[in-house]
Amino acid sequence: MTTTGFFLLAILALGFLITFQIAKASEYVSILKGEKKAFEQNNRINAFLMVVFLVLGLIGVWWCNKLLYKKTLLPYPSASELGTNIDTMMWITLAITGAVFFATQILLFWFAYKYQHSDKRKAFYYPHNNKLEIIWTTIPAIALCVLVGFGLFYWFKITGEAPKDAMVVEVTGKQFQWIYRYPGKDNTFGKKYFRLISPGSNDLGMLWNDTVLVKETKGGGHGDHGHAPVDNKTVIKADPAGYDDIIQSSALYVVKGEPVKLVINAQDVIHDVGLPHFRLKMDAVPGTPTTLWFTPTYTTEEMKKITGNPNFEYEIACDQMCGNGHYTMRGVVKVVTRDEFILWRAQQKPAYAAYAEARGIAPANAAPADTTQATAASAAAPVKLANN
Amino acid sequence: MSQDSIHGHPEVVTTHEVHHDEHHGHHKETFITKYVFSQDHKMIAKQFLITGMVWAVLGGLMSVLFRLQLGYPNETFPWLEDILGRWAKGGRISVENYYSLVTMHGTVLVFFVLTGGLSGTFANFLIPLQIGARDMASPFLNMLSYWFFFGGSIVILASFFVQTGPFSGGWTFYPPLSALGDASPGSKIGADLWIIGMALFVVSSLLGGLNYISTILNMRTKGMSMSRVPLTVWALLFTAVLGVLSFPVLLSGLILLLFDRHAGTSFYLSDIFIAGKALPNEGGSAILFQHLFWFLGHPEVYIIILPAMGLVSEIMAVNCRKPIFGYMAMVGSMFAIAILAFLVWAHHMFVTGLNPFLGSVFVLLTLLIAVPSAIKVFNWLTTMWRGNIRFTPAMMFAVGFVSLFISGGLTGIFLGNSTLDIQLHDTYFVIAHFHIVMGVSAFFGMFAGVYHWFPKMYGRYMNNTLAYIHFWVTLVGAYLIFWPMHYEGLAAMPRRYMDYSAWSSFNQFEGLNQFISTVAIIVFAVQLLFLFNFFYSIFKGRRVTSQNPYGATTLEWTTPIRPGHGNWPGEIPEVHRWAYDYGKDDRSFIPQTEPIGAHESKH
Ligand code: HEM
Ligand SMILES: [Cu+2]
Ligand SMILES: [Cu+2]
Repeated sequence: MTTTGFFLLAILALGFLITFQIAKASEYVSILKGEKKAFEQNNRINAFLMVVFLVLGLIGVWWCNKLLYKKTLLPYPSASELGTNIDTMMWITLAITGAVFFATQILLFWFAYKYQHSDKRKAFYYPHNNKLEIIWTTIPAIALCVLVGFGLFYWFKITGEAPKDAMVVEVTGKQFQWIYRYPGKDNTFGKKYFRLISPGSNDLGMLWNDTVLVKETKGGGHGDHGHAPVDNKTVIKADPAGYDDIIQSSALYVVKGEPVKLVINAQDVIHDVGLPHFRLKMDAVPGTPTTLWFTPTYTTEEMKKITGNPNFEYEIACDQMCGNGHYTMRGVVKVVTRDEFILWRAQQKPAYAAYAEARGIAPANAAPADTTQATAASAAAPVKLANN
Repeated sequence: MSQDSIHGHPEVVTTHEVHHDEHHGHHKETFITKYVFSQDHKMIAKQFLITGMVWAVLGGLMSVLFRLQLGYPNETFPWLEDILGRWAKGGRISVENYYSLVTMHGTVLVFFVLTGGLSGTFANFLIPLQIGARDMASPFLNMLSYWFFFGGSIVILASFFVQTGPFSGGWTFYPPLSALGDASPGSKIGADLWIIGMALFVVSSLLGGLNYISTILNMRTKGMSMSRVPLTVWALLFTAVLGVLSFPVLLSGLILLLFDRHAGTSFYLSDIFIAGKALPNEGGSAILFQHLFWFLGHPEVYIIILPAMGLVSEIMAVNCRKPIFGYMAMVGSMFAIAILAFLVWAHHMFVTGLNPFLGSVFVLLTLLIAVPSAIKVFNWLTTMWRGNIRFTPAMMFAVGFVSLFISGGLTGIFLGNSTLDIQLHDTYFVIAHFHIVMGVSAFFGMFAGVYHWFPKMYGRYMNNTLAYIHFWVTLVGAYLIFWPMHYEGLAAMPRRYMDYSAWSSFNQFEGLNQFISTVAIIVFAVQLLFLFNFFYSIFKGRRVTSQNPYGATTLEWTTPIRPGHGNWPGEIPEVHRWAYDYGKDDRSFIPQTEPIGAHESKH
């Protein structure tokens, strides 16, 4: 072991030894003093420390708040309209729980000090009092109803249907990356199927060409029958709606002041689209798409000014443990103005273009593509589907 | 009467009661039957306690290691490699190991320490002693319960030594991550071992729980009606009921998962493309597992906290020299908690895509559960009010428990409100919440219990000075560690991240993380002081010289200082009153065994 290690251990051992010796000595002293005397002294010291703890604790709470408040999201406005509701709810809850916190903690440590043992005082035989108990059952119940009331009011607002004119973006999580898909000019997403995923060339499994799915059913079941496997073939038609879809991983572009609805998917394990500044999050579950909608209220540029941080970015943090790269699963949201968005949108090439190019198919930018060619290209490589 | 035996148990001649006629092994007791395959509830309690302590040290050590990474992400500690070898290549905890440590820390502390260690110890030790029984309903099943627990421990421990490492996807074991070996190295054999270890644990907890329930219901001594049992016994009863009803659900969830892993079923799997290929599974639901898990998971948190509440209530009454305030309300609120505990599980799943209306029902029920929690707090406060408080180490920890339970319970009100949970879910706010309300609180209850009943367990006292140091450093340390984490949560800092430096939203806490890690290491070291005190005092502590050193009313203090197998040398005492006649009619206390006097005042 290295010297540092030894050094640390030595200090630790020494500390223990000293503490132990002191403790041992104090036990002998207390025996000399007499048990009663020692008990009374201990009691006084500890009762006193209880108030010390209370006072220092309250100062600590204040100090901690002073140091850390500005590092949280609370000093800055929510970047989404719905998030403002969450902020209001937060303040209501903080006010109510804060009052309870201070009242009960102060009573607890104050009682501890005030009612410390004394030969003069006799404990008050007070086994119950129904009136008191009813009071402190109903008051919390009412306070909680208030909180539930506000909470559910906002909850239904947040989880309600997205406005009809909301822009829809599909977000897909996979270990350890986010993929964003926008519908093209036709404003419709092309169909996809997870068995057609091909990392690098077709990350989402788009139905870009007719594909033959082969389902292998083992004939006869047991090997000694010797039947050849029977192939069940299904043909999946290409979906031309997907030819103009934009698929990219650089950032999620959304427009300030316009509602956006995220349709969230996962390809492998559960992930979670966490949007700290918008106060929102939603799991990405393989096999079960989820949705989330919000209206951004500040562009990235505006938020740079609000936070005073010239490098500010809206980040997407994966908020569900998804494997060893979980902590690297970072995405970026760019909130831009309508004009900027149109410009950005115009610069994007449909993902199909690159796919087709690589396969020597005439790229089918805008118009639905020449499907026959696409079919020809894919029929050569049927996708195998094992049967369980 | 105080027959202090110098070594070991005084050999007590047991008179067998009608309902307790199985023969004890103590006629020809060997080392094996006395210390290993013991059927004496007190020895089994000590086995649980000491196994729990070993696990607590290991679990704590794991947190020290991963906190080292969190606090000092850019530094290397060459000495770590010397100690841990491949776990810390180049003096840094690698990613796989980081996540394994986090996962195992949670698993070990939640299940093996705060469930097995806590309930196992105090249910075994206190139930027979406080209700006036010679042993558990089935001492043999009780022994099996410990050995299944031990077996589960060994399997979990073994997973540290397999090539691909222990499971690393979080203690909640969510599939598909836990179902697919391709998703993470820890999800290979480590996940199977986790399931097997947990299955053994569930068996242990069922054997134990059924035993506790039947003992409490059937074996109370004469006069010990349910309205007279101490609150510890009520708490342990509700705990056992919760465990018996919810652990089987976890087990079935895990069995389905095992099928998904190895038998090609699709309970939890659908539409998955991983490691370059699409899986055949279709139609399963990953969320189903979360329902099954939290159907245990939420009651589990009460399985952990209820025994602590019971211990604290008892210790408060004894040391305030006052009856516990509102005995029936205390029982009633525990009952309410036990019922509601089964009806709130989906509050862990507000952002899984749960139907919003269903979510709203769970919000209501979740916030309802705060009412009985509040009642308990007010009752503890009133118990202290106008008391005459003796600050034994146990009482100190009881006061600390109430403080922590308040702090952590209040943040539950944030999280139970789905609107706020959207923002706070899976951030450090949740970490702060459950460590304070469950982790540290339950430890405080456990420490209180150990300090309080140590004289009954070993016939000696622990050292008070060490205990006070232990208390103050742990209380202050716990707040210093977990209080600031709320702020990290309010910055939406996600949990289960190994390194935040690449994130502009979360990297402002570097200094704080370092501070937290440093305090965590100090607090861990002080727990070693407690362990030292514990083991040293078993052999060298000051001797207990009176049968009832605290002036307590309950039955365990009517047994000999070191009770033998069978607990009472003569007949089991009869009970005439409840357990809380402290400070009544100018008397410091009236034992439960004393008949109601002719002129005694009523309450
Ligand atoms: C006032 C009553 C309480 C309420 C309303 C409450 C509410 C909640 C909610 C809603 C969550 C989920 C947060 C999230 O993941 O986003 C949560 C997490 C948790 N709570 Fe509580 N809680 C309360 C008391 C307790 C108690 C008494 C315990 C334990 C003794 C406890 C232990 C836990 C644990 C362990 C978790 C986190 C589990 C995990 O995700 O790893 N809570 N609580
Ligand atoms: Cu993740
Ligand atoms: Cu819960």
